[in-house]
Amino acid sequence: MFSSNARNLIRSSLINRCKSTLVVAEHNNEALNPITLNTISAAKKIGGDVTVLVAGTKCGPASEALTKVEGVAKVLVAENAAFKGFTPESITPLVLAAQSQFKFTHILAAATAFGKNVLPRVASKLDVSPISEIIDVKSEDTFVRTIYAGNAILTLRSTDPVKVITVRGTNFAPVAATGGSGAIEQAPTGDYASQLSEFVSQELTKSDRPELTGAKVIVSGGRGLKSGDNFKLLYDLADKFGAAVGASRAAVDAGYVPNDLQIGQTGKIVAPQLYIAVGISGAIQHLAGMKDSKTIVAINKDAEAPIFQVADIGLVADLFKAVPELTGKL
Amino acid sequence: MSRVLVGVKRVVDYAVKVRVKPDKTGVVTEGVKHSMNPFDEIAVEEAIKLKEKKIASEIIAVSVGPTQSQEVIRTALAMGADRGVHVEVSGKDYDLLQPIHISKILAKLALDEKADLIIVGKQAIDDDSNQTAQMTAAVLDWPQGTFCNKVEKTDAGLNITREIDGGLETIKTKIPAVLSADLRLNTPRYATLPNIMKAKKKPLKKVTPKDLGVDTTPRIEVLSVEEPPVRQAGALVPDVDALVGKLKEGGHV
Repeated sequence: MFSSNARNLIRSSLINRCKSTLVVAEHNNEALNPITLNTISAAKKIGGDVTVLVAGTKCGPASEALTKVEGVAKVLVAENAAFKGFTPESITPLVLAAQSQFKFTHILAAATAFGKNVLPRVASKLDVSPISEIIDVKSEDTFVRTIYAGNAILTLRSTDPVKVITVRGTNFAPVAATGGSGAIEQAPTGDYASQLSEFVSQELTKSDRPELTGAKVIVSGGRGLKSGDNFKLLYDLADKFGAAVGASRAAVDAGYVPNDLQIGQTGKIVAPQLYIAVGISGAIQHLAGMKDSKTIVAINKDAEAPIFQVADIGLVADLFKAVPELTGKL
Repeated sequence: MSRVLVGVKRVVDYAVKVRVKPDKTGVVTEGVKHSMNPFDEIAVEEAIKLKEKKIASEIIAVSVGPTQSQEVIRTALAMGADRGVHVEVSGKDYDLLQPIHISKILAKLALDEKADLIIVGKQAIDDDSNQTAQMTAAVLDWPQGTFCNKVEKTDAGLNITREIDGGLETIKTKIPAVLSADLRLNTPRYATLPNIMKAKKKPLKKVTPKDLGVDTTPRIEVLSVEEPPVRQAGALVPDVDALVGKLKEGGHV
């Protein structure tokens, strides 16, 4: 007779052998987006083999980098002009072809604009219900995600045969970018060019600052800044920390800064070591995007502002005086 | 001239601070203010704008849910939609209804109604899934224009500006297509009192998923719904010097 421990061991090793995860890498044809490392971390937590798919018009840099990533067994490469602009209409049939060849049990991507655009389309084609923005993995079929702008935490069990999942990067520590020895393999070939849609152009916000979702420190401004020009106060403060600059929806809607700086339920979800909220009242929708930050500092002249309920350190003061003074004293 | 199908969802109002049920099965929705999902208001507004520009001929507002979902259809009709379709799902079935089911319902209705364009919000603020547009497009094999910031009709189809992580991107799609509205696509109009009155007379058809041949078998089990961890209460500092001191203490500078 097996002891129950031994039985569990055999059972879990059987399951481990069956599990295999495909991670759809995110890159821009020049470099791997580091959030892919957080996604691989979630894949490792599920267990089983991890294969990463790199699709694009130029896959060399990302696939080279991925072969060295800890825990990656295989890198599938699909370099083709059809993937210009990473349109979901071209990437989806490729993922389906890879799925039909390798029979993955899990398909993952980061919960970015790219992952959110592509994975539900893939899931629908597989007739499974995708699971958005998981924050934890309980087991191979049980996942944790937030609902209602982060005001409730849902633990769910998926009954679908293939789990298609987007991963909230801030909740999974990135795996090491070195030490791995993944093998490069050609992804299944096919005619992936889609007549349905076509990428035209991109207008990216130019910035020398760290990327918001990966930044250790974020200085963020709201309606209290009163104008786009006044954001210079925040840029000066951010320079002291090597920080990224973010914004509330109010600041974006008022045209002070571009929309890709928005932090919140419908913008970016961030969890830096230090989050400095300046002139931000702290609406539910904004808190949804930053309340997992390690330390939150709030500077606001309204002592009743809800931001003070989540701030570790609060300063009730006029930001136009306090911020330059703070910048000067750092 | 094209027919537009707009998906609208009745959700707990965005300003309500939701409470988790003590038995951890969900959040309290009884006696709580509901309204149209804010992103869906933007979707309805865009459809009306297309009609005003004579690009759309008719707007059909669809909502899937319990009887009360008819309220959000009436709101869409008051904003300017022409007629409504209520797909009735209630009770436990509705609690476990997911975008995979909604997408099949919307796709079937789009074909039945000969729609050329489906517009939905980019996500519902209750389940925060952000899946319905993408999945509907997949069911129909139509192109998808998600997170729309600007939509223009051209001779060949649509020119769409999308909100992406680093900024904006422009794509071209053919029609028929499925679009999802981002926050900055437009500013939704208010329904005026006369239009609210008129909306009561606009046609509203009621169907069930079964009528449409859509299987709504649940794909997930809810194991628990819990309160998020509460942050340790912080402290106010009197001045900038004290703030600098705290930041030093925390090892931030």
